[in-house]
Amino acid sequence: MKLQIASRLAIFAVLELTEHSERQLTVAEIATRYGVSTHHLAKVMHELGRAGLVRSVRGAGGGYQFCANARRTTLLDIIELFEEFGPQGPDANEPGGGTGEAAALDIVLGEIDEAVRATFGSITIATMRRLIERGRVPPVATGRLGS
Amino acid sequence: MKRAATRTKTQSRSPAPGAPFATRPGETAQLVGTLKKTFLLRPARRDDMAAVTDLDERITGLAKPAHWLELYKRQKKPGQAPGIFLVAIDKDAAGRLLGFIVGEIRAWEFGSAPCGWVYALSVEPDSRLLGVGEALLESIAGEFRKAGVGKMRTMVTRDNLLPMLFFRGEGMMAGPYTQLEKDLG
Repeated sequence: MKLQIASRLAIFAVLELTEHSERQLTVAEIATRYGVSTHHLAKVMHELGRAGLVRSVRGAGGGYQFCANARRTTLLDIIELFEEFGPQGPDANEPGGGTGEAAALDIVLGEIDEAVRATFGSITIATMRRLIERGRVPPVATGRLGS
Repeated sequence: MKRAATRTKTQSRSPAPGAPFATRPGETAQLVGTLKKTFLLRPARRDDMAAVTDLDERITGLAKPAHWLELYKRQKKPGQAPGIFLVAIDKDAAGRLLGFIVGEIRAWEFGSAPCGWVYALSVEPDSRLLGVGEALLESIAGEFRKAGVGKMRTMVTRDNLLPMLFFRGEGMMAGPYTQLEKDLG
């Protein structure tokens, strides 16, 4: 299971903003923390803004702020902004599509998709913060996630 | 929002002197205070079962009085693993049931070492987000710990978002077992 880089960046950015909810964070600050390009992160932040999860504050000391409910915003809410997710259904154009074998494989893949979707859909940003604070997740080593 | 911050510093884990709810001999209870509500947690009594049935029926749409009574009686049955049935009672609305939790320690089912199972947890809809469910879950976890088990489990349907979010928020993660089923029709 691997998320697209934009989804990962968006999750990290939201977690970072909720950790420092007392102030705004600039794109450069978040990008430095995770070792990613500001250009890529700026696009991600713009998308989060359009979805109403963050807002930008202009001027000195400005930056981004999380503005949604951390106890109601799930990982799935964020991921779905950047990638298609969940059961795709049978595709007759795929190799072997329309055969009994493909239908059986679709049942298995659907079961996996459903479980993954339920997991992302049941973990909120607040739950993620608690996981981090409990120390169940080791600190992120700074490194490049993508460009 | 940090949920831990909703607890007051004066929160008590044992009945406060002069608490308005007299407990019965041999009954242990705890008065729990949050910023928004103070309530009493204690073992369920026979005369709580009507309110338990009513709350459950309003939430699930099914009246199951015999089921709740059976679970209540299981707390007392000699020679069986004791069930745990706790209720949260409103301090300000004399004796009103705010929620309940039912669990039991089970051992070696499906090869599993002894663990505490939470079968049911229900909170009055107008009393949610006040810390009632969290207090009930913490309390039953304490009972499980006292009995020497180090793991607590429950089962939730994937699309039942509210309990799913709640249990996840309380730190519960997917366990090593997968539930399998088959239509027998």
